[in-house]
Amino acid sequence: MAKKPVKADQRRYQQLVQEREPRPPRLRNACAAFLSGGAVCTLGQALTDFYQAVLGLDRQAAGNPAIATLIFLGTLLTGLGYFDKLARLAGAGLTVPVTGFANAVTSSALEFKREGLVFGIGSKMFMLAGSVITFGVVTAFVVGLVAAVIHR
Amino acid sequence: MSQEVAAPGTRRLGRQSVAFSRPPVILGTGAVVGPMENQGPLAGSFDHAYPDLLAGQESFEQAEREMMLNACRTALQKAGVTPDQVDFFLSGDLLNQLITSSFAAAELGIPYLGIYGACATSAQGLALAAMLVDGGYARRVLVACSSHNGTAERQYRYPVEYGSQRKPYAQWTVTGAGAAVVASPDLGDGPRITHATLGKVMDLGIKDPYNQGAAMAPAAVDTIRQHLLDLGRRPEDYDLIATGDLARFGKEMATELLARDGGLDLGDRHVDCGMLIYDLDRQKVHAGGSGCACSAVVTYGHLLRRMAAGELRRLLLVATGALLSPTSCQQGESIPAVAHGVVIER
Repeated sequence: MAKKPVKADQRRYQQLVQEREPRPPRLRNACAAFLSGGAVCTLGQALTDFYQAVLGLDRQAAGNPAIATLIFLGTLLTGLGYFDKLARLAGAGLTVPVTGFANAVTSSALEFKREGLVFGIGSKMFMLAGSVITFGVVTAFVVGLVAAVIHR
Repeated sequence: MSQEVAAPGTRRLGRQSVAFSRPPVILGTGAVVGPMENQGPLAGSFDHAYPDLLAGQESFEQAEREMMLNACRTALQKAGVTPDQVDFFLSGDLLNQLITSSFAAAELGIPYLGIYGACATSAQGLALAAMLVDGGYARRVLVACSSHNGTAERQYRYPVEYGSQRKPYAQWTVTGAGAAVVASPDLGDGPRITHATLGKVMDLGIKDPYNQGAAMAPAAVDTIRQHLLDLGRRPEDYDLIATGDLARFGKEMATELLARDGGLDLGDRHVDCGMLIYDLDRQKVHAGGSGCACSAVVTYGHLLRRMAAGELRRLLLVATGALLSPTSCQQGESIPAVAHGVVIER
């Protein structure tokens, strides 16, 4: 389809809307994200240290149970109905780390429980997280390729 | 005021309006809401408030259906009629294929027309019902519409428990349902529907699905302006002009547009149902309410009560609808919007 031409009154109105639109409180959101994101990362580091000390894993290997624990916490908070309320305050600090991924998967699975195991939970679970996985894999492949060429 | 008794054949007024020759009456109404709506400034104005979003059902969709049926039965009961005394059931909602309305119609057993005008469905139903009655094609018509925060969110946006920060101009879908029995004036008393103005679809290129208020404001303005022109009236002829769900930012845009071309100032006369239903500062709804139920429950639960109490004599309800779909938004299309007006008089 050909692109619709933008008429003068459309341009004028869009400009007005853009000028008057209430802005999100960016500074407050950035500060909240900095603090909450920092807290999640600190917790992740503490968990890594804990698994290193308790399970005797090396630094790299201890990351896996630490991430699993964060995913578990994100999932639990979603299930109990607290995650969305926390994320409203914390914003990117909670949604960008792996906790956000856990929330995206769990909230979708919960939401579509009524549609059954196959068409509901099974297929809708990755409704939001699916593209994260897709582009995560693609990015990993490209980065891996670059790394392989450089280190050859 | 001579238009109200216009002779048959001259019922059309101007380009988009009609005047009813024997204004149909609203015999009875039903307004039911969810928990949040009954915690707002209009708490206690509704016929029934459910303590939770599931309303004793197994899914949000079933809950919405339960609410619509409750609103319909309340309206029938208040009108003192049984379903078999009603000729048509006109109903709409926001769910794909109007599934709430169709399931409710199956329970009620009244000949049914599903209507879709998004959040403008309330006024669309009242206008159509009044036309059917005044045209002599029906004695009584039941109109209804519903929306539910849980069902709308999952269809249009995100799962309920998904954590995200909403934009300050985002709106909150009202949970509830409104219904009314519109009848010939020979069959009882009630507020009269004297005129209707059906709106044109306006699309000024707003693409942000969270900014529905801004998308709908031009439609509301167009319908209000056309209504006043068609009827030869001024804003002062109304005690109240209530828009459906423009919410805070959309109302600001509408005020600006009305003032800009043509210099109309509605002043305090203009209220918005989306701003009346919630406490915008205390309840976390951002700009205000939206959804089919928004204008319906505010009109039936609050405005008609004020009219019955003698506080309002003549009301212009301009319900506004954003005619978007999840598909059209994801494909980057802009949001078409429509607004329909009905005049309700004591």
